[in-house]
Amino acid sequence: MERKDWPLWEVFVRSKAGLSHKHSGSLHAPDAEMAISNARDVYTRRSEGVSIWVVESKHIHSTLETDSESMFDPNEDKIYRHPTFYDIPDEVGHM
Amino acid sequence: MSEHELQAIFDRKIENEVKIEPKDWMPDAYRKNVLRQMSQHAHSEIVGMLPEGNWITRAPSLRRKVALLAKIQDEAGHGLYLYSAAETLGTDRERIVLDLLEGKAKYSSIFNYPALTWADIGAVGWLVDGAAIVNQIMLQKTSYGPYSRAMIRICKEESFHQRQGYEILLTLCRGTEEQKAMAQDALNRFWWPSLMMFGPSDKDSPHSAQSMAWKVKRMGNDELRQKFIDQTVKQADFLGLTLPDPDLKWNEEKGQYDWGQIDWEEFYNVIKGNGPCNKERLAARQKAYDNGAWVRDAATAYAKKRAERKNKEAA
Ligand SMILES: [Fe+2]
Ligand SMILES: [Fe+2]
Repeated sequence: MERKDWPLWEVFVRSKAGLSHKHSGSLHAPDAEMAISNARDVYTRRSEGVSIWVVESKHIHSTLETDSESMFDPNEDKIYRHPTFYDIPDEVGHM
Repeated sequence: MSEHELQAIFDRKIENEVKIEPKDWMPDAYRKNVLRQMSQHAHSEIVGMLPEGNWITRAPSLRRKVALLAKIQDEAGHGLYLYSAAETLGTDRERIVLDLLEGKAKYSSIFNYPALTWADIGAVGWLVDGAAIVNQIMLQKTSYGPYSRAMIRICKEESFHQRQGYEILLTLCRGTEEQKAMAQDALNRFWWPSLMMFGPSDKDSPHSAQSMAWKVKRMGNDELRQKFIDQTVKQADFLGLTLPDPDLKWNEEKGQYDWGQIDWEEFYNVIKGNGPCNKERLAARQKAYDNGAWVRDAATAYAKKRAERKNKEAA
């Protein structure tokens, strides 16, 4: 493996206990262990995190921009999925 | 979809402030423009470590030393954020770095000036990071998503850089006559080059109009430069230092400062490679690249060995 073939890793940081890991950025490293130690130096210099995940970018599958209409637009007319769709008299109180 | 339709989608996104993401269709010229700007920006962060790195071992106290070290480490981080963002446009790190070493990519002309005294470290933090912040705050709203996110991250870290620089100058200005003179001397040398950091006037800047149209840049060079001057004058007054511009004066009507003339000949001369430190800076980057080769090789070999061992255990 040449330097230029070091895989790209996506870095996810949990900012504090109880919260989800969130994408922070990416970096190159020859393996997962080095990706984690580099991620610590690059993305958590000011106690931004309590836990780091790294995953090789090639393992991430995503929707395509060209698909986005057929993927997400159908939700727009399903207003019955929202609480405000239902009429509950004020007398009932908060629900 | 035809190129015409794709272009229309792209244009609509720009118009509606929707960020362009790496896998989205974009015109080749946009890709090139953003890549050039991010690569220049990344190299500036990295080369920018050199004048300050020169003073780590000579910082006057442990407090100053840890602050300077942390600041320079941040700049390395900024370089990495930006290299990563640039790579999303289909180039690789090695190529970007080699472009710098081969003289094909630029970096900010300011880093071709030397940091001669300890006061220069103060002036760099206050003025050079100060000017960079004005530019970077604007770039948080750039139309290219990864660039915008890198800028948001960077802006969070920059304010400490400027404050540590200003504090250095404040301490010198409250010290002996000699120390105050040293601060004034640093300001005299760094003021004009800091104003040059915003680039040529928009009317002479080859990329400015197109960058603005694509919302890669959200404000022109002249407007940013004026903003920087207006906010810096009272900071200089507080230090009791004089900005080296006899034409600088408040213009009540415009609500901003009038100021003198930038020596653009000096600017273009430095860009062409004839600044005080151009050769030294590139040589230092080449040396770091060469001396780092064994580390990169060792990391690769170690990862390979570890993977093989794991495979053997699994077998
Ligand atoms: Fe920076
Ligand atoms: Fe900085």
